[in-house]
Amino acid sequence: MRDYMAILNLAENENDIRALTTNRPIASIPIGSRYRVVDFMLSNLVNAGVRNVGVFTESNSRSLADHLGTGKPWDLNRKIDGLFLFNHGLCNLMYTDSKLIKNNMEYIYRSKSKDVILSSSYMVCNMDLAAVAEAHEASGADITVVYTHTNRADTDFSNCFTLNIDPDTGEITGAGKNIAVGKEADICMEIFLMKKERLTDFIYKSTSLNSVGSFYNLIFDQLGVLKFNAYRFEGYVSCINTVSSYFKSNMDMLDLDVSSELFRNSDRPIFTKIKDEPPTLYVKGCKVGNSLIADGCRIEGTVTDSLLGRYVDVEEGAVVENSIILQNVRIHKNAHLSHVIIDKNVDIDENTVLKGNEFFPLVIEKRNLLR
Amino acid sequence: MIHKNMVALILAGGQGSRLGAMTRKVAKPAVPFGGKYRIIDFALSNCSNSGIDTVGILTQYKPQQLSSHIGIGTPWDLDRVHGGVAILPPYMSEAGGDWYRGTANAVYQNLGYLDQFDPSYVLILSGDHIYKMDYRKMLDAHIAAGADATIAVIDVPLEEASRFGIMNTDETGRITSFDEKPEHPKSTLASMGIYIFSYANLKKHLEDDALDPASDNDFGKNIIPAMLAAGENLQAYRFEGYWKDVGTVQSFWEANMDLLKADNDVKLFQNDWKLYTETASIPSQYIGAEAKLTDSLISEGCVILGEVEHSVIFPGVKIGRNVRVVDSIIMEDCVLEDNVIVNKSILLTGVTVKANNVVGNGADIAVIDEGRVLSGSGYLN
Repeated sequence: MRDYMAILNLAENENDIRALTTNRPIASIPIGSRYRVVDFMLSNLVNAGVRNVGVFTESNSRSLADHLGTGKPWDLNRKIDGLFLFNHGLCNLMYTDSKLIKNNMEYIYRSKSKDVILSSSYMVCNMDLAAVAEAHEASGADITVVYTHTNRADTDFSNCFTLNIDPDTGEITGAGKNIAVGKEADICMEIFLMKKERLTDFIYKSTSLNSVGSFYNLIFDQLGVLKFNAYRFEGYVSCINTVSSYFKSNMDMLDLDVSSELFRNSDRPIFTKIKDEPPTLYVKGCKVGNSLIADGCRIEGTVTDSLLGRYVDVEEGAVVENSIILQNVRIHKNAHLSHVIIDKNVDIDENTVLKGNEFFPLVIEKRNLLR
Repeated sequence: MIHKNMVALILAGGQGSRLGAMTRKVAKPAVPFGGKYRIIDFALSNCSNSGIDTVGILTQYKPQQLSSHIGIGTPWDLDRVHGGVAILPPYMSEAGGDWYRGTANAVYQNLGYLDQFDPSYVLILSGDHIYKMDYRKMLDAHIAAGADATIAVIDVPLEEASRFGIMNTDETGRITSFDEKPEHPKSTLASMGIYIFSYANLKKHLEDDALDPASDNDFGKNIIPAMLAAGENLQAYRFEGYWKDVGTVQSFWEANMDLLKADNDVKLFQNDWKLYTETASIPSQYIGAEAKLTDSLISEGCVILGEVEHSVIFPGVKIGRNVRVVDSIIMEDCVLEDNVIVNKSILLTGVTVKANNVVGNGADIAVIDEGRVLSGSGYLN
């Protein structure tokens, strides 16, 4: 593959996942017991040999900046190239100052790479981007778009771009939005490969047009003008843009086949920020089954069909089932949680009972550690 | 030259021959411990938690894994612009070169390293002890007593005292005499092998010691007795808390099992005195629907489908269905296939136990060498 730089566009639609994004962008929502959403695409890029990643965020990026740091976990703390964080997204360019854009464009110009991978973060998957790049180069197309075929378009991938693909030629004839009426759809995974100049053209155009619509619309406007190549991704993908899809995606990871593909692939590991927690202690009397558990937990109670983040205490008699517990949560004696999502730093009092259901998991928002 | 108040030196060159197969490929300080650590992480984490930012690590025996574990010291926040971590192996010079011949000689050969920081005090540590200790408090005591040297001691049972170097002190804590492994101990204050020296005085003693051909060049045998003979002020600093020298297979196993108590004395879960180590990016542990876990420490990356009781499981271990692991230590990336029993055993890194095998007889500790594949069926030790 050629030498690519990457732009991760993290200005993502948070409308249907608000409970988890009051303090953070989608990209830094914890997922899979110890990852953040952005870890997957960032690792995909690094595993394909990309060494220059610009991350474009909107406001509210403190949690993301804290997670990414200097990029060390992804080996992106480089003297030559590496990780660059830009505090404005590509979608709301009309709100940003032209000077800011120009400064950021300088970063894109300065990179020696002639090609770019543009991607969102909220499509969680483990993808061989090197293979995508090879296919892009072989196709001779101006732009390659990665998509996935789903038969769950009525429940998943809500509001995502859909592609109309000619079944005979494989060509993209149009792009629209998934309004969740049918089951079958070809969903755009918001991963694009193109020449660097092409991307800068799009950015200038969207700025000068004061385009309020999605930046990606601008790309699809070129259908029929430029040569597009559609790359079909056959692996597991989940789209993290609603609370229920977040819940389902986490539960999917309890399946060893899914987790083997997603984050137990030794050729393409998923990297994340390292913390220094001890191993997890399972105390006599605990009952744990079908669960993903991060290090640093202490479990005396019952945990089934659940995901626990780092430093979760489950006290004696407490029951956690079908739930997602994020980092640093203490579940006191005899509490009973079922189908809940507990965000970071929450204390669940003794004997508390919290229940949601599969379609409407109950979310307990993050508590600030100020007392 | 930027002056450093106290520089630490960790003696990490020992073989630890009584650990048998465990130290066949690595120096004792690099032996994996406690589910994700290596033994030297305790001394290194104590240094960074005590605010010491300049640490020299003296290596000699099979240093490769140890050196690669330490790297540039990032996990312990010791990747510093000035100071930080330095690995100090024996070296050649114009006058030839030599292995480290004893603890004092090892430090003597690195006076040049120490001089560049112009330290007021030098902290000498062993790289093979399990404990959490704030060296700042020990330094405060050293300064308050106006001591030339301060030696950390721990109260041991009288019947065990003859296994240690015993410090005899007066009522103020000043050391009056020192007995190496005495048959009839006069006190129960055992040296922990942790020393703080005022640097200028130590340097003088090390230079004198190097000129003495009869000397064993050892802190316990030569330097401390020489200081006592010179009437210098040596203080015993009493340490209260968990401390273990994991010198034998038995004590290594015991120290690991000590971690399995919910409120273990090592305080593994103590957040304001964390243990740091080199950590890989691997997934959380997966516990299967049929698993049964009791009093065990399990690390990330494991897939546990069977039963684990009173055991320490390192990262990336796969435990199959209908497996029973009891009183054991299973190191990184071991694979226990279905229908296996492991009883009171230490499986070193990368061991595979094929299906339908039994390892360990439950009486003696079985140690299975790194990377072995145990196949066939029946009892294996």
